[in-house]
Amino acid sequence: MSDHQLRVSKIRDGTVIDHIAAGQALNVLAILGIDAHSGETVSVGMRVPSDRLSTKDIVKVEGRELSQDEVDVISLIAPAATINIVREFDVVEKHRLERPEAVVGVLSCPNHNCITTEDEPVDSRFDVLDDGIRCQYCETIIREDIADHIDVA
Amino acid sequence: MRHDHVISAKQLSRADIEEVLDRAAEIADDPGAVADRHDEALLGTLFFEPSTRTKMSFTAAIKRLGGDVVDMGSVESSSVKKGESLADTVRVAEGYADALVLRHPSEGSAKMASEFVDVPLINAGDGAGQHPTQTLLDLYTVREAAGLDDLTIGIMGDLKYGRTVHSLAHALTNFETRQHFISPESLQLPRSVRYDLHEEGASIREHTELDAVLSELDVLYVTRIQRERFPDESEYREVAGEYQIDSATIEAASDDLTVMHPLPRVDEIAHDIDDTDHAQYFQQAHNGVPVRMALLDLVLGGDR
Repeated sequence: MSDHQLRVSKIRDGTVIDHIAAGQALNVLAILGIDAHSGETVSVGMRVPSDRLSTKDIVKVEGRELSQDEVDVISLIAPAATINIVREFDVVEKHRLERPEAVVGVLSCPNHNCITTEDEPVDSRFDVLDDGIRCQYCETIIREDIADHIDVA
Repeated sequence: MRHDHVISAKQLSRADIEEVLDRAAEIADDPGAVADRHDEALLGTLFFEPSTRTKMSFTAAIKRLGGDVVDMGSVESSSVKKGESLADTVRVAEGYADALVLRHPSEGSAKMASEFVDVPLINAGDGAGQHPTQTLLDLYTVREAAGLDDLTIGIMGDLKYGRTVHSLAHALTNFETRQHFISPESLQLPRSVRYDLHEEGASIREHTELDAVLSELDVLYVTRIQRERFPDESEYREVAGEYQIDSATIEAASDDLTVMHPLPRVDEIAHDIDDTDHAQYFQQAHNGVPVRMALLDLVLGGDR
Protein backbone atom coordinates (compact mmCIF):
# COMPACT_ATOMS: atom_id res chain seq x y z
CA MET A 1 0.00 0.00 0.00
CA SER A 2 1.56 3.26 -1.08
CA ASP A 3 2.08 6.22 1.14
CA HIS A 4 -0.74 8.39 -0.17
CA GLN A 5 -3.31 5.63 0.19
CA LEU A 6 -2.41 5.43 3.85
CA ARG A 7 -2.99 9.13 4.21
CA VAL A 8 -6.16 9.48 2.11
CA SER A 9 -8.92 6.91 2.41
CA LYS A 10 -10.37 5.07 -0.57
CA ILE A 11 -13.61 6.21 -2.09
CA ARG A 12 -16.49 4.05 -3.26
CA ASP A 13 -17.85 6.00 -6.24
CA GLY A 14 -16.45 9.22 -7.59
CA THR A 15 -13.28 10.74 -8.96
CA VAL A 16 -9.66 10.70 -7.88
CA ILE A 17 -7.53 13.48 -9.33
CA ASP A 18 -3.95 12.36 -8.83
CA HIS A 19 -0.52 13.79 -9.64
CA ILE A 20 -1.69 17.37 -9.17
CA ALA A 21 1.23 19.80 -9.07
CA ALA A 22 2.10 20.29 -5.40
CA GLY A 23 0.20 23.22 -3.92
CA GLN A 24 -2.60 23.24 -6.49
CA ALA A 25 -5.14 21.02 -4.69
CA LEU A 26 -7.15 23.92 -3.32
CA ASN A 27 -7.30 25.46 -6.78
CA VAL A 28 -8.60 22.15 -8.14
CA LEU A 29 -11.33 22.25 -5.50
CA ALA A 30 -12.14 25.81 -6.56
CA ILE A 31 -12.41 24.71 -10.20
CA LEU A 32 -14.86 22.03 -9.09
CA GLY A 33 -16.80 24.64 -7.14
CA ILE A 34 -16.22 22.78 -3.89
CA ASP A 35 -16.08 24.84 -0.72
CA ALA A 36 -17.06 24.53 2.91
CA HIS A 37 -20.75 24.59 2.02
CA SER A 38 -20.65 21.89 -0.67
CA GLY A 39 -22.27 18.57 0.12
CA GLU A 40 -19.59 16.26 -1.28
CA THR A 41 -17.31 14.06 0.79
CA VAL A 42 -13.83 15.19 -0.20
CA SER A 43 -10.35 14.00 0.74
CA VAL A 44 -7.34 16.14 0.02
CA GLY A 45 -3.67 15.21 0.20
CA MET A 46 -1.11 17.94 -0.14
CA ARG A 47 2.59 17.52 -0.74
CA VAL A 48 2.37 13.73 -0.71
CA PRO A 49 5.65 11.97 -1.71
CA SER A 50 5.41 10.76 -5.31
CA ASP A 51 7.45 8.66 -7.71
CA ARG A 52 6.65 10.79 -10.77
CA LEU A 53 6.73 14.19 -9.11
CA SER A 54 8.84 14.72 -6.01
CA THR A 55 5.69 15.67 -4.15
CA LYS A 56 2.16 15.96 -5.43
CA ASP A 57 -1.34 16.84 -4.36
CA ILE A 58 -4.30 14.50 -4.65
CA VAL A 59 -8.03 15.14 -4.45
CA LYS A 60 -10.75 12.51 -4.05
CA VAL A 61 -14.35 13.49 -4.47
CA GLU A 62 -17.10 11.05 -3.52
CA GLY A 63 -20.12 10.77 -5.80
CA ARG A 64 -18.94 13.18 -8.47
CA GLU A 65 -17.73 12.80 -12.05
CA LEU A 66 -16.17 15.80 -13.71
CA SER A 67 -17.38 17.74 -16.73
CA GLN A 68 -15.07 18.22 -19.71
CA ASP A 69 -14.96 21.97 -19.02
CA GLU A 70 -13.70 21.29 -15.49
CA VAL A 71 -11.13 18.79 -16.72
CA ASP A 72 -9.88 21.29 -19.32
CA VAL A 73 -9.21 23.98 -16.73
CA ILE A 74 -7.55 21.50 -14.37
CA SER A 75 -5.17 20.65 -17.19
CA LEU A 76 -4.00 24.26 -17.27
CA ILE A 77 -2.93 24.40 -13.64
CA ALA A 78 -1.96 20.75 -13.21
CA PRO A 79 -0.86 19.40 -16.59
CA ALA A 80 0.58 16.19 -15.15
CA ALA A 81 -2.63 15.23 -13.32
CA THR A 82 -4.50 11.99 -13.92
CA ILE A 83 -8.24 11.54 -13.52
CA ASN A 84 -9.44 8.21 -12.16
CA ILE A 85 -13.12 7.36 -12.21
CA VAL A 86 -13.95 5.03 -9.33
CA ARG A 87 -16.98 2.75 -9.10
CA GLU A 88 -17.45 0.27 -6.26
CA PHE A 89 -13.89 0.97 -5.03
CA ASP A 90 -12.34 0.06 -8.41
CA VAL A 91 -10.73 2.43 -10.88
CA VAL A 92 -12.86 1.90 -14.01
CA GLU A 93 -11.35 4.67 -16.15
CA LYS A 94 -8.02 6.46 -16.01
CA HIS A 95 -7.28 9.55 -18.07
CA ARG A 96 -4.10 11.55 -18.57
CA LEU A 97 -4.89 15.19 -19.22
CA GLU A 98 -4.43 16.71 -22.63
CA ARG A 99 -3.90 20.41 -23.11
CA PRO A 100 -7.15 21.65 -24.68
CA GLU A 101 -7.34 24.18 -27.51
CA ALA A 102 -9.84 26.23 -25.55
CA VAL A 103 -11.52 26.32 -22.15
CA VAL A 104 -15.15 27.27 -21.63
CA GLY A 105 -16.63 28.63 -18.41
CA VAL A 106 -14.99 27.98 -15.00
CA LEU A 107 -12.56 30.92 -15.44
CA SER A 108 -13.64 34.54 -15.56
CA CYS A 109 -11.99 37.21 -17.67
CA PRO A 110 -9.90 39.63 -15.60
CA ASN A 111 -10.76 42.53 -17.93
CA HIS A 112 -13.63 44.26 -16.15
CA ASN A 113 -14.63 45.86 -19.43
CA CYS A 114 -15.05 42.49 -21.19
CA ILE A 115 -18.59 41.68 -22.31
CA THR A 116 -18.36 38.25 -20.63
CA THR A 117 -18.17 39.92 -17.20
CA GLU A 118 -21.55 41.58 -17.74
CA ASP A 119 -24.98 40.10 -17.27
CA GLU A 120 -25.15 38.45 -20.69
CA PRO A 121 -26.13 34.87 -21.58
CA VAL A 122 -22.61 33.88 -22.55
CA ASP A 123 -19.87 31.70 -21.01
CA SER A 124 -16.30 32.86 -20.82
CA ARG A 125 -14.13 31.26 -23.51
CA PHE A 126 -10.35 31.27 -23.62
CA ASP A 127 -8.04 30.00 -26.31
CA VAL A 128 -5.08 28.10 -24.89
CA LEU A 129 -1.75 29.55 -26.04
CA ASP A 130 1.69 28.01 -25.61
CA ASP A 131 2.34 30.22 -22.61
CA GLY A 132 -1.06 31.30 -21.34
CA ILE A 133 -4.69 31.72 -22.26
CA ARG A 134 -6.55 34.38 -24.22
CA CYS A 135 -10.14 35.58 -23.95
CA GLN A 136 -11.94 34.89 -27.22
CA TYR A 137 -14.09 37.98 -26.72
CA CYS A 138 -11.87 40.84 -25.52
CA GLU A 139 -8.57 39.12 -26.47
CA THR A 140 -6.95 39.77 -23.09
CA ILE A 141 -3.99 37.45 -22.57
CA ILE A 142 -3.34 35.87 -19.15
CA ARG A 143 0.10 34.39 -18.64
CA GLU A 144 0.56 34.37 -14.87
CA ASP A 145 -1.55 32.93 -12.06
CA ILE A 146 -4.36 31.45 -14.11
CA ALA A 147 -5.82 29.97 -10.93
CA ASP A 148 -6.54 33.50 -9.68
CA HIS A 149 -9.23 33.75 -12.34
CA ILE A 150 -11.31 30.75 -11.30
CA ASP A 151 -14.91 31.92 -11.20
CA VAL A 152 -16.02 31.32 -7.62
CA ALA A 153 -19.29 33.24 -7.93
CA MET B 1 -16.03 38.86 -49.13
CA ARG B 2 -16.73 35.62 -47.31
CA HIS B 3 -17.61 37.03 -43.92
CA ASP B 4 -21.15 37.61 -42.78
CA HIS B 5 -20.07 39.60 -39.76
CA VAL B 6 -17.36 42.24 -39.68
CA ILE B 7 -16.01 42.06 -36.14
CA SER B 8 -12.25 42.57 -36.21
CA ALA B 9 -9.52 43.67 -38.59
CA LYS B 10 -7.91 40.31 -37.81
CA GLN B 11 -10.48 38.52 -39.93
CA LEU B 12 -9.65 40.59 -43.02
CA SER B 13 -7.19 39.14 -45.52
CA ARG B 14 -5.33 41.27 -48.02
CA ALA B 15 -7.80 40.10 -50.69
CA ASP B 16 -10.77 41.10 -48.50
CA ILE B 17 -9.29 44.53 -47.89
CA GLU B 18 -8.48 45.12 -51.54
CA GLU B 19 -11.96 44.00 -52.57
CA VAL B 20 -13.52 46.65 -50.32
CA LEU B 21 -11.06 49.39 -51.30
CA ASP B 22 -11.39 48.70 -55.03
CA ARG B 23 -15.16 48.74 -54.75
CA ALA B 24 -14.99 51.96 -52.72
CA ALA B 25 -12.86 53.60 -55.39
CA GLU B 26 -15.39 52.64 -58.06
CA ILE B 27 -18.21 54.05 -55.98
CA ALA B 28 -16.31 57.26 -55.25
CA ASP B 29 -15.80 57.73 -59.00
CA ASP B 30 -19.45 57.22 -59.87
CA PRO B 31 -21.75 57.20 -56.84
CA GLY B 32 -24.83 57.55 -59.05
CA ALA B 33 -24.27 54.05 -60.44
CA VAL B 34 -25.20 52.46 -57.11
CA ALA B 35 -27.94 54.88 -56.07
CA ASP B 36 -30.67 52.22 -56.27
CA ARG B 37 -28.67 49.09 -55.57
CA HIS B 38 -30.19 48.43 -52.16
CA ASP B 39 -33.45 50.35 -52.34
CA GLU B 40 -35.29 47.95 -50.03
CA ALA B 41 -32.46 47.61 -47.51
CA LEU B 42 -32.77 48.66 -43.89
CA LEU B 43 -29.68 49.11 -41.75
CA GLY B 44 -30.20 48.83 -38.00
CA THR B 45 -27.92 51.16 -36.04
CA LEU B 46 -27.30 50.45 -32.36
CA PHE B 47 -24.99 52.99 -30.78
CA PHE B 48 -24.54 52.46 -27.05
CA GLU B 49 -21.85 55.17 -27.04
CA PRO B 50 -21.76 58.60 -28.65
CA SER B 51 -20.66 58.76 -32.27
CA THR B 52 -20.64 61.47 -34.91
CA ARG B 53 -18.58 60.39 -37.91
CA THR B 54 -19.20 56.65 -37.74
CA LYS B 55 -22.94 56.93 -37.30
CA MET B 56 -23.42 59.74 -39.82
CA SER B 57 -21.28 58.06 -42.46
CA PHE B 58 -23.05 54.69 -42.08
CA THR B 59 -26.35 56.54 -42.39
CA ALA B 60 -25.15 58.44 -45.45
CA ALA B 61 -23.76 55.22 -46.93
CA ILE B 62 -26.97 53.18 -46.73
CA LYS B 63 -29.04 56.12 -47.99
CA ARG B 64 -26.72 56.63 -50.95
CA LEU B 65 -27.26 52.95 -51.78
CA GLY B 66 -31.00 53.59 -51.83
CA GLY B 67 -31.70 52.08 -48.41
CA ASP B 68 -32.63 53.52 -45.05
CA VAL B 69 -31.80 53.35 -41.36
CA VAL B 70 -33.71 52.12 -38.36
CA ASP B 71 -31.98 53.56 -35.32
CA MET B 72 -32.16 52.37 -31.72
CA GLY B 73 -31.91 55.95 -30.47
CA SER B 74 -30.02 56.88 -27.36
CA VAL B 75 -29.45 54.37 -24.58
CA GLU B 76 -31.47 56.60 -22.23
CA SER B 77 -34.58 56.28 -24.39
CA SER B 78 -34.25 52.55 -25.14
CA SER B 79 -35.09 49.29 -23.41
CA VAL B 80 -31.42 49.00 -22.40
CA LYS B 81 -32.32 51.51 -19.73
CA LYS B 82 -34.78 48.91 -18.38
CA GLY B 83 -31.95 46.41 -18.01
CA GLU B 84 -32.24 44.49 -21.27
CA SER B 85 -29.17 42.46 -22.18
CA LEU B 86 -27.23 43.20 -25.35
CA ALA B 87 -27.97 39.66 -26.53
CA ASP B 88 -31.72 40.34 -26.31
CA THR B 89 -31.45 43.80 -27.89
CA VAL B 90 -29.70 42.50 -31.01
CA ARG B 91 -32.03 39.48 -31.30
CA VAL B 92 -34.94 41.88 -31.40
CA ALA B 93 -33.23 44.34 -33.74
CA GLU B 94 -32.35 41.70 -36.33
CA GLY B 95 -36.07 41.33 -36.99
CA TYR B 96 -36.23 44.97 -38.05
CA ALA B 97 -33.21 45.24 -40.35
CA ASP B 98 -31.15 43.49 -43.02
CA ALA B 99 -27.85 44.24 -41.30
CA LEU B 100 -26.83 45.70 -37.95
CA VAL B 101 -24.16 48.21 -36.97
CA LEU B 102 -23.13 48.07 -33.31
CA ARG B 103 -21.06 50.36 -31.15
CA HIS B 104 -20.77 49.33 -27.51
CA PRO B 105 -18.47 50.29 -24.62
CA SER B 106 -17.47 46.69 -23.75
CA GLU B 107 -14.64 44.81 -25.41
CA GLY B 108 -15.89 41.69 -27.17
CA SER B 109 -19.46 43.03 -27.39
CA ALA B 110 -19.63 42.80 -31.19
CA LYS B 111 -18.32 39.26 -31.25
CA MET B 112 -20.81 38.18 -28.62
CA ALA B 113 -23.70 39.99 -30.31
CA SER B 114 -22.84 38.36 -33.65
CA GLU B 115 -23.35 34.94 -32.05
CA PHE B 116 -27.00 35.78 -31.42
CA VAL B 117 -28.03 37.04 -34.86
CA ASP B 118 -28.23 35.71 -38.42
CA VAL B 119 -28.13 39.07 -40.23
CA PRO B 120 -24.66 40.53 -40.85
CA LEU B 121 -23.38 42.49 -37.85
CA ILE B 122 -20.72 45.16 -38.26
CA ASN B 123 -18.57 46.25 -35.34
CA ALA B 124 -18.47 50.05 -35.19
CA GLY B 125 -16.24 50.04 -32.10
CA ASP B 126 -16.21 47.75 -29.05
CA GLY B 127 -14.65 49.54 -26.07
CA ALA B 128 -10.87 49.60 -26.44
CA GLY B 129 -11.08 46.60 -28.76
CA GLN B 130 -11.51 46.95 -32.49
CA HIS B 131 -12.96 49.35 -35.07
CA PRO B 132 -12.56 47.53 -38.40
CA THR B 133 -14.57 49.90 -40.61
CA GLN B 134 -12.45 52.84 -39.46
CA THR B 135 -9.46 50.73 -40.49
CA LEU B 136 -10.88 50.18 -43.96
CA LEU B 137 -11.32 53.90 -44.50
CA ASP B 138 -7.88 54.54 -43.03
CA LEU B 139 -6.35 52.04 -45.46
CA TYR B 140 -8.27 53.61 -48.32
CA THR B 141 -6.87 57.00 -47.36
CA VAL B 142 -3.31 55.65 -47.03
CA ARG B 143 -3.58 53.89 -50.37
CA GLU B 144 -4.75 57.05 -52.12
CA ALA B 145 -2.11 59.24 -50.48
CA ALA B 146 0.98 57.05 -50.20
CA GLY B 147 0.27 53.50 -51.35
CA LEU B 148 0.05 50.47 -49.06
CA ASP B 149 3.24 48.64 -49.93
CA ASP B 150 6.75 49.84 -49.15
CA LEU B 151 5.13 52.14 -46.61
CA THR B 152 6.70 53.62 -43.49
CA ILE B 153 3.99 54.70 -41.07
CA GLY B 154 4.17 56.26 -37.63
CA ILE B 155 1.21 55.72 -35.30
CA MET B 156 1.24 58.13 -32.38
CA GLY B 157 -0.75 58.86 -29.24
CA ASP B 158 -2.88 56.52 -27.14
CA LEU B 159 -1.85 53.11 -28.43
CA LYS B 160 -3.09 51.28 -25.36
CA TYR B 161 -6.78 52.13 -25.48
CA GLY B 162 -7.09 53.36 -29.06
CA ARG B 163 -9.23 50.84 -30.90
CA THR B 164 -8.53 52.43 -34.28
CA VAL B 165 -4.83 51.80 -33.64
CA HIS B 166 -5.38 48.15 -32.73
CA SER B 167 -7.35 47.46 -35.89
CA LEU B 168 -5.06 49.45 -38.17
CA ALA B 169 -1.83 47.92 -36.89
CA HIS B 170 -3.13 44.43 -37.53
CA ALA B 171 -4.53 45.19 -40.95
CA LEU B 172 -1.22 46.74 -42.04
CA THR B 173 0.51 43.39 -41.48
CA ASN B 174 -1.14 42.29 -44.73
CA PHE B 175 1.06 44.78 -46.59
CA GLU B 176 4.76 45.54 -46.82
CA THR B 177 4.85 48.18 -44.11
CA ARG B 178 7.25 49.33 -41.45
CA GLN B 179 5.27 50.39 -38.41
CA HIS B 180 6.63 52.82 -35.82
CA PHE B 181 4.63 53.30 -32.63
CA ILE B 182 5.17 56.55 -30.76
CA SER B 183 3.62 57.02 -27.32
CA PRO B 184 4.30 57.66 -23.66
CA GLU B 185 5.38 54.46 -21.92
CA SER B 186 2.10 54.26 -20.03
CA LEU B 187 0.11 54.16 -23.28
CA GLN B 188 2.11 51.65 -25.32
CA LEU B 189 0.44 48.86 -27.29
CA PRO B 190 -1.38 46.32 -25.12
CA ARG B 191 -0.01 42.82 -24.74
CA SER B 192 -2.70 41.27 -26.94
CA VAL B 193 -1.97 43.53 -29.92
CA ARG B 194 1.77 43.10 -29.51
CA TYR B 195 1.24 39.33 -29.44
CA ASP B 196 -0.72 39.39 -32.71
CA LEU B 197 1.80 41.63 -34.48
CA HIS B 198 4.59 39.32 -33.37
CA GLU B 199 2.64 36.28 -34.60
CA GLU B 200 2.20 37.96 -37.98
CA GLY B 201 5.92 38.66 -38.17
CA ALA B 202 5.28 42.39 -38.47
CA SER B 203 8.12 44.88 -38.62
CA ILE B 204 7.46 47.20 -35.67
CA ARG B 205 9.50 49.64 -33.60
CA GLU B 206 8.41 51.53 -30.50
CA HIS B 207 9.50 55.03 -29.55
CA THR B 208 8.69 57.60 -26.91
CA GLU B 209 9.63 60.55 -29.13
CA LEU B 210 8.43 61.47 -32.58
CA ASP B 211 11.77 63.11 -33.46
CA ALA B 212 13.41 59.71 -33.57
CA VAL B 213 11.51 58.66 -36.72
CA LEU B 214 9.66 61.64 -38.16
CA SER B 215 11.96 62.16 -41.15
CA GLU B 216 11.52 58.52 -42.27
CA LEU B 217 7.72 58.56 -42.34
CA ASP B 218 5.41 58.48 -45.34
CA VAL B 219 2.35 58.68 -43.09
CA LEU B 220 1.89 59.97 -39.54
CA TYR B 221 -1.33 58.70 -37.93
CA VAL B 222 -2.10 60.79 -34.86
CA THR B 223 -4.60 59.77 -32.16
CA ARG B 224 -5.99 61.60 -29.18
CA ILE B 225 -4.63 61.08 -25.69
CA GLN B 226 -7.61 61.21 -23.38
CA ARG B 227 -7.67 63.09 -20.11
CA GLU B 228 -9.33 60.18 -18.27
CA ARG B 229 -6.31 57.93 -18.83
CA PHE B 230 -4.30 59.94 -16.30
CA PRO B 231 -4.64 60.23 -12.54
CA ASP B 232 -4.44 64.02 -12.55
CA GLU B 233 -4.72 67.01 -14.82
CA SER B 234 -1.10 68.17 -14.56
CA GLU B 235 0.33 64.79 -15.52
CA TYR B 236 -2.05 64.60 -18.45
CA ARG B 237 -1.04 68.05 -19.70
CA GLU B 238 2.65 67.29 -19.40
CA VAL B 239 2.44 63.98 -21.26
CA ALA B 240 -0.14 64.95 -23.88
CA GLY B 241 1.82 68.09 -24.77
CA GLU B 242 4.72 65.97 -26.01
CA TYR B 243 2.54 64.29 -28.61
CA GLN B 244 1.07 67.35 -30.27
CA ILE B 245 2.22 68.50 -33.66
CA ASP B 246 2.16 71.82 -35.46
CA SER B 247 3.66 73.20 -38.65
CA ALA B 248 7.01 73.75 -36.91
CA THR B 249 7.14 70.11 -35.79
CA ILE B 250 6.72 68.77 -39.28
CA GLU B 251 9.37 70.93 -40.84
CA ALA B 252 11.67 68.01 -40.11
CA ALA B 253 9.41 65.64 -42.04
CA SER B 254 9.39 64.67 -45.68
CA ASP B 255 7.57 67.10 -47.98
CA ASP B 256 5.32 64.19 -48.93
CA LEU B 257 4.33 63.31 -45.38
CA THR B 258 0.62 62.53 -45.05
CA VAL B 259 -0.92 63.40 -41.68
CA MET B 260 -3.99 61.42 -40.64
CA HIS B 261 -6.24 61.36 -37.57
CA PRO B 262 -9.42 59.34 -36.93
CA LEU B 263 -10.96 62.47 -35.34
CA PRO B 264 -12.23 64.02 -33.18
CA ARG B 265 -9.04 65.91 -32.40
CA VAL B 266 -8.69 68.20 -29.46
CA ASP B 267 -5.27 69.81 -29.75
CA GLU B 268 -3.00 67.02 -30.98
CA ILE B 269 -2.83 68.60 -34.45
CA ALA B 270 -2.57 72.38 -34.55
CA HIS B 271 -4.87 74.19 -36.96
CA ASP B 272 -1.87 75.58 -38.83
CA ILE B 273 -1.45 72.14 -40.43
CA ASP B 274 -5.03 72.04 -41.74
CA ASP B 275 -4.35 74.04 -44.88
CA THR B 276 -1.09 72.31 -45.79
CA ASP B 277 -0.78 69.47 -48.28
CA HIS B 278 0.12 67.19 -45.37
CA ALA B 279 -3.38 67.27 -43.89
CA GLN B 280 -5.57 64.37 -44.99
CA TYR B 281 -7.79 63.95 -41.92
CA PHE B 282 -10.87 65.62 -43.31
CA GLN B 283 -10.56 63.71 -46.57
CA GLN B 284 -10.08 60.61 -44.41
CA ALA B 285 -13.39 61.29 -42.64
CA HIS B 286 -15.13 61.88 -45.99
CA ASN B 287 -13.77 58.57 -47.28
CA GLY B 288 -15.93 56.87 -44.66
CA VAL B 289 -18.94 57.13 -46.95
CA PRO B 290 -17.70 55.34 -50.11
CA VAL B 291 -15.81 52.78 -48.01
CA ARG B 292 -18.88 51.99 -45.91
CA MET B 293 -21.01 51.93 -49.05
CA ALA B 294 -18.64 49.34 -50.50
CA LEU B 295 -18.68 47.29 -47.32
CA LEU B 296 -22.48 47.42 -46.98
CA ASP B 297 -22.85 46.49 -50.64
CA LEU B 298 -20.71 43.41 -50.04
CA VAL B 299 -22.40 42.27 -46.82
CA LEU B 300 -25.90 42.93 -48.20
CA GLY B 301 -25.18 40.79 -51.24
CA GLY B 302 -23.12 42.79 -53.67
CA ASP B 303 -22.55 40.19 -56.42
CA ARG B 304 -22.81 42.02 -59.69
